[in-house]
Amino acid sequence: MVAAMAGDHSVRGSTLTLREVSHRFNFEGQPLPVLDRISLQVGRGEFVAILGPSGCGKSTLLRLVAGLDTPTAGALLTEGREIEAPDPSRVVVFQDPTLYPWRTVWSNVALGLEARGLLRTHRERIEDALRLVGLTGFANAYPHQLSGGMAQRAALARALVNDPTLLILDEPLGQLDSLTRIAMQTELVSLWQRSSFTALLVTHDVEEALLLAGRVIVLSDRPARIKAEVVNSQPYPRHRGNPHFVKLRREVFEHLGLEDAW
Amino acid sequence: MSSVIDEVPRPSEKSGFGFFESSATRSLIGGLSVAVAWSIVAALTAFWPDKPESDWVYTGGFAIACGALALALALAAFAGVRFVAFQRLQRVAPWLFALGLFLAAWEAVTAKLGLLPLPFFPPPQAIVEVVIDDWGRLAEGIFASARLLATGYFLGAALGFVTGVAIGWSRLAGYWIHPVLRFIGPLPATAWLPLAFFVFPSSFSASIFLIALATGFPVTVLTWSGVACVKSAYYDIARTLGATQRFLVLKVAIPAAMPHVFVGLFMGLGNSFAVLVVAEMLGVKAGLGWYLQWAQGWAAYANMYAALLLMAFLCSGLITLLFRFRDRLLSWQKGLVRW
Repeated sequence: MVAAMAGDHSVRGSTLTLREVSHRFNFEGQPLPVLDRISLQVGRGEFVAILGPSGCGKSTLLRLVAGLDTPTAGALLTEGREIEAPDPSRVVVFQDPTLYPWRTVWSNVALGLEARGLLRTHRERIEDALRLVGLTGFANAYPHQLSGGMAQRAALARALVNDPTLLILDEPLGQLDSLTRIAMQTELVSLWQRSSFTALLVTHDVEEALLLAGRVIVLSDRPARIKAEVVNSQPYPRHRGNPHFVKLRREVFEHLGLEDAW
Repeated sequence: MSSVIDEVPRPSEKSGFGFFESSATRSLIGGLSVAVAWSIVAALTAFWPDKPESDWVYTGGFAIACGALALALALAAFAGVRFVAFQRLQRVAPWLFALGLFLAAWEAVTAKLGLLPLPFFPPPQAIVEVVIDDWGRLAEGIFASARLLATGYFLGAALGFVTGVAIGWSRLAGYWIHPVLRFIGPLPATAWLPLAFFVFPSSFSASIFLIALATGFPVTVLTWSGVACVKSAYYDIARTLGATQRFLVLKVAIPAAMPHVFVGLFMGLGNSFAVLVVAEMLGVKAGLGWYLQWAQGWAAYANMYAALLLMAFLCSGLITLLFRFRDRLLSWQKGLVRW
């Protein structure tokens, strides 16, 4: 974001490599395999969507990428270094905005800077981030005073203020009404284009994946395996009615085993 | 519902009752009836002679004070017609009215008719007498009680808070402190009384220990449960944003736990009052609890009532203060919970 503001439009997102990543949970004493040898290569500034049926382990994958959990087997690397712990360069936007109710919007957005002791020197970034998501007038509001869409925008600002090189989006629009959702999808694309971070989006919405991402990774049922990869090189803004878009959507539904639905 | 009805012009307004329906008029009538009630207290005290052979020194003074209050209330009622600020008195007017009636009845059955046995039921002027004649000792008592309570309460609350956070956060602290808490916590603090007065060098320090113990237990348990209840998503968010352990405790766990902590602080305050009075009655030679005990020894029941009244003011005042503090600190909860 700062790079974009400084007029430097070169791609500065980070790379992400998943090498044979497998993960198991311990469920009532039984090992429950969730991820099965997932390998993936995401390039600098790419927008990749991970699509799969609910409960297939998409969110687990994102927690591994964020460094919140460590995989049972395999390795995750960013810029060639192994991911071992959370890092503010890889920020997650969760399905639930999870703003702290005791903080105003402004201090919620300030969270990352405050945690790293950068609040005093980088204060102006908060205003910039609020402007970027269109919440300038709501700096002093408390989270319970915001609508669902505004809260999710505040959560986005809280992520962007840290100038992430990898933005991890865990169904960030899942709880929004359909109109707000469409508006936010457009905003997400333009934010990504302006700030040039690498984006990893988890969703179970086929259209959303195809509208936003350049590449859609389709996962199988649990334990999740990569089933297919669909590339969408259409320019933005994309239109749902475009024949090529419709064709890609059909293709993705076929990979999900839902071809009869269309 | 009433607001909808109010918008419809009612026939009563045309028939001249509209005069009684403006809030200023209602406030005036309410205020004046309160003034009348207090004038009755004043008149009854002044003109109905006390029962023969009684020597209540302040009967006249009490009558004058009630009369002055009645006058002030009447003036406030008239001021309410012009100034909205005085109309707020309207809210407490029913209570002031009832209080006046209660005082009048009390005055009648004690000083005037002598229906209740003395010295157990003194008339109101006897309590006024105590407050005026013995104010030095009462003030000393208030000061001593407040000092003891404040020291013990703050100590207990602070230690309880720190312990609660430690148990909630650290597995090791939980392992060692939790069983002790489970075993000793439910014991009433007063059970330690004989031991405390024997072990501690002074009854003052022993009482501080007891009050701190009574305060500390609920504060510890509720702080702990508050910290334990914090959503793990709050920690995930902070961790991905680069938070250190210290930040997670100070800026995530503690603020999120504050609503629970305040429940503990309220419970602790209630407990501390009980222990304070018991400690003062049994060991400490100062304070309102001691004054109560001392007054009973001399069969000075008016003094006891005065001390009880002051104690009630002290305790309810402190509870109110704690509410104010909570409202300030947790104002973000407005709109989230029923406030």
